[in-house]
Amino acid sequence: MKPLLIKNGRVVDPASGLDARRDVLIEDGRIAAVDARIERAGADAFDATNLVVAPGFIDLHVHLREPGKESAETIVSGARAAAAGGFTAVACMPNTQPVNDTPLVTRAILAQAGQAGGARVYPVGAVTKGTAGEELAELESQRAAGVVAVSDDGRPLWNSRILRRALEYGRALDLLVIDHCEDPHLSAGGVMHEGEWSLRLGLRGIPALAEELPVTRNVVLAALTGGRLHIAHLSTRGALEVVRRAKREGVPVTCEVAPHHFTLTHEACRDYDTRTKMNPPLRTAEDVAALVEGLADGTVDAIATDHAPHTQTEKQTDFESAPFGVIGLETALGLGLERLCHTGKVSLQRLIELLSTNPARILGIEGGRLEAGALADLTLFDLERKWTYRAAEGFSKSRNSPFDGWSFRGGPAATMVGGVVVFRR
Amino acid sequence: MAARKVLTRLSQPHLLGIEPLSSEDIELILSTAQKYQTRTAGETRTVPRLDLLAGKTLVLAFFEPSTRTRISFEMAAQRLGMDVVSLGLEASSVQKGESLLDTIKTLAAMRPDALVIRHQGSGVPHFLARHTEVPILNAGDGMHEHPTQALLDALTIRDHKGRLDGLKVAILGDILHSRVARSNFHLLSRFGARIALGGPPPLVPKEFERLAPGIIACRSLEEALEGADVVMMLRVQLERQREPLFASPAEYARHYCLTAERLALAKSDAIVMHPGPFLRGIDIAGEVADSPRSVIPHQVENGVAVRMALLELLTGAQA
Repeated sequence: MKPLLIKNGRVVDPASGLDARRDVLIEDGRIAAVDARIERAGADAFDATNLVVAPGFIDLHVHLREPGKESAETIVSGARAAAAGGFTAVACMPNTQPVNDTPLVTRAILAQAGQAGGARVYPVGAVTKGTAGEELAELESQRAAGVVAVSDDGRPLWNSRILRRALEYGRALDLLVIDHCEDPHLSAGGVMHEGEWSLRLGLRGIPALAEELPVTRNVVLAALTGGRLHIAHLSTRGALEVVRRAKREGVPVTCEVAPHHFTLTHEACRDYDTRTKMNPPLRTAEDVAALVEGLADGTVDAIATDHAPHTQTEKQTDFESAPFGVIGLETALGLGLERLCHTGKVSLQRLIELLSTNPARILGIEGGRLEAGALADLTLFDLERKWTYRAAEGFSKSRNSPFDGWSFRGGPAATMVGGVVVFRR
Repeated sequence: MAARKVLTRLSQPHLLGIEPLSSEDIELILSTAQKYQTRTAGETRTVPRLDLLAGKTLVLAFFEPSTRTRISFEMAAQRLGMDVVSLGLEASSVQKGESLLDTIKTLAAMRPDALVIRHQGSGVPHFLARHTEVPILNAGDGMHEHPTQALLDALTIRDHKGRLDGLKVAILGDILHSRVARSNFHLLSRFGARIALGGPPPLVPKEFERLAPGIIACRSLEEALEGADVVMMLRVQLERQREPLFASPAEYARHYCLTAERLALAKSDAIVMHPGPFLRGIDIAGEVADSPRSVIPHQVENGVAVRMALLELLTGAQA
C-alpha cells in the first residue's frame, strides 16, 4: 500500500495536547510521522486544508441488528453509516437474535465485520444468558473470543447478585461491564419521561428515579468489587450527580451521554412522533443543561450514540406501540459541534476526547491517539460547512432519526481506518 | 374596539383534542350545538330528523369498548341524515394482524365523510390524521383527550350556571388515567374556570398544575370540594391501572366516593356531573347520582347535540 500524506490539517490530539497545523504521514496502517512539514515522494497526498484531523472517533454504544434483524441494519450498513459519521470504530451491543452470549456469535460478528469496509466493529458480549438477567453467560470464553466489554444493554442488570458477580469477573479479566440502568418496576409501562409532557400527552412515564436508583446501587457495587463499570446512555441530572460523587471518591466508574439526550427535551414528543421515542427517554431542560455541564467538566467520559435502527414499518405506528430507539451515527458529530462547541460550552479538544480518546481508554482498545506509531484511524472534519441531514439519503438502512431535516454547521469530511479512506464526502 | 372574532367554520380539519382548538372554535361548536339541544330553558322539545348531511357517510372505528359515546355519535349522525358504518372491534382486520395505519387507510379509501376513532393508545388519532385527508373525530385516545366529552360538559355547565368563567370546578377521582379530565382542563381553563383536583395521591400528581392555568392539585378530596360550583366525578379506571394504586374498590369508596355528606362541602347549588359509566357506590353514592343535583342525564342529552354540531362543522358544506 502506498503511503498517505495528509497535508496542512489542524491536528488535534487530546492525548498529547497537540493542537497545531501539522502534516501526518501514514505507512502500513500506522502513523509514521506527525510534523510541521513532511515531504514524501511516492505518497498519495490528502489535502486537509481547513479540516480538523483527529484520532478516529469510537462509538462505544451501537446496535447493528445483525444477526437477526437485517431489515433494520446489518454489520456492513452499520459500519458504513459509522464511517460516514466520522467513526472509525463502534462497539455493538449483544441484543441481536440470537443474543451475542457465546463465542460462536462473537466470532460470526467479527467475521462479518472483517468484510464491512467501514468502521471497525468490536462486539460487546452479554453478561447473562440470552440477556435474560438470570444466569451469567460465558464471560471468560467471550473475552477470549474477542468481546471488548459485556452488557445486557436494552435490559438492565437488575439482579444485584448477578451484577456483583459480573464485576468480580470484570476485575479479574479486566473486562468492562456496561449497564443500562433502569429499575423495571419504576419504569414499567413507561414510554417517555415522566413529567409535565407525559401527563399532558396521556402517556405513561419513565421517572428519572428509575435511572438514578440503579446508578446509585451500581457505584456501590463497583466500589465493593473494584470492577470497571460503565453507565450506558446516562440521561438525568441526578444520575450524573451520583457519578460525579463516585468519581471523586475514586470508584472505577465511567459514563456516556447520547447526542439526543444533550440536544432534545421531552417536549419533542409533543406530536407523538415515534422518532422521539427511545429508552432512556428525552428528559427535561434541566437535565439537558446538567448533561452539557457534565460533558464540559469531565464527569461524562464519552459521547455514544446508542444508534438503534428500526424499520419504517416498526416505527410507523402510534407512539405507545412503537419500539424504543433512534439512529444516531451520522448526526453525532454535527450535534456535538452545534450544541457543545459552537455554543462555547465545550472546547474542540474536549469534544474529541469525548468521541475518541476516552472511548478507546474505556474499552481498552487501540486508538484514540494521533502520534507516530499509533493506529492510522483518523477522523477528518470541518467546522464551518453548512449541511442538512436527510435520513433517507443516509448510509444506515433505517431512518428513525429525530434530526431528519436538521441543518448543521461542520461535519465529517473523511474517515480513515488503518490508513484506508473508508469515507470521503 | 376589539371585536371578538366569530367563526363560521372550524380552524382545524379534524377534532383531535381540545388543546389545539381556539376559543373561537369552542364557541362555534357550543353555539352550533345549542340549536340541536332537545331541551332549552327547562323545556323539552323534540328535534325533527334533519337531512342536512343526507348522503354523507360516517365511519365509527372503536378499538376500545364503548356504549354511550358510540351510540351518541350514531344518533347524532342519523338525526342529521347521515349513513353510519361501524367497524366492530372483533370484526376488524387489526385482529388479523393488519397494521392500524393500513386499516385506517383502507377505510379512508372508501371515502367516508368523517371517521370517529376511539383507541386505547394516546395519540392514535393524531398519528392517523397525518396519513389521511378524511376528517377525524377523536372519541377518546388512551389517557390523552376526549374532546366531545369536555364540550358536552361545558354546554351542560353553561346550561345550569350560565357561564364558565369564575366557577370552581372540582374534578375528583382517578385523574391520572382520565382523558376526560385532560380535555376538561384545557377547556375550562381557557374560559376562566378554576379547577380543583382531588383523589388518591398517586392519581393526582402535582405536575397536573402545569398543564393549564387555574389548575390546583389539592391534598384531599375535601379541599377540592370546598365551595365548588360544579363537582365532576370520574370513574375509577381499573382497566388502565397496571398496578393496584389503592387496596380495593371498597377502600377507594370509603375515602373517595361522592356521598351526600361530602357533597355538602360544595356550594348548596353545586351540580354533580359524571362522564359515565359510573360505578354506583364506588365513584358516586346512589343517593347523589339520583338526586336533583345530578345533571348526568342532561350531559348525555347534550352529548348528542355536541356531536351533531361537530359533524355539521367538519363534514357540512360550509360557506
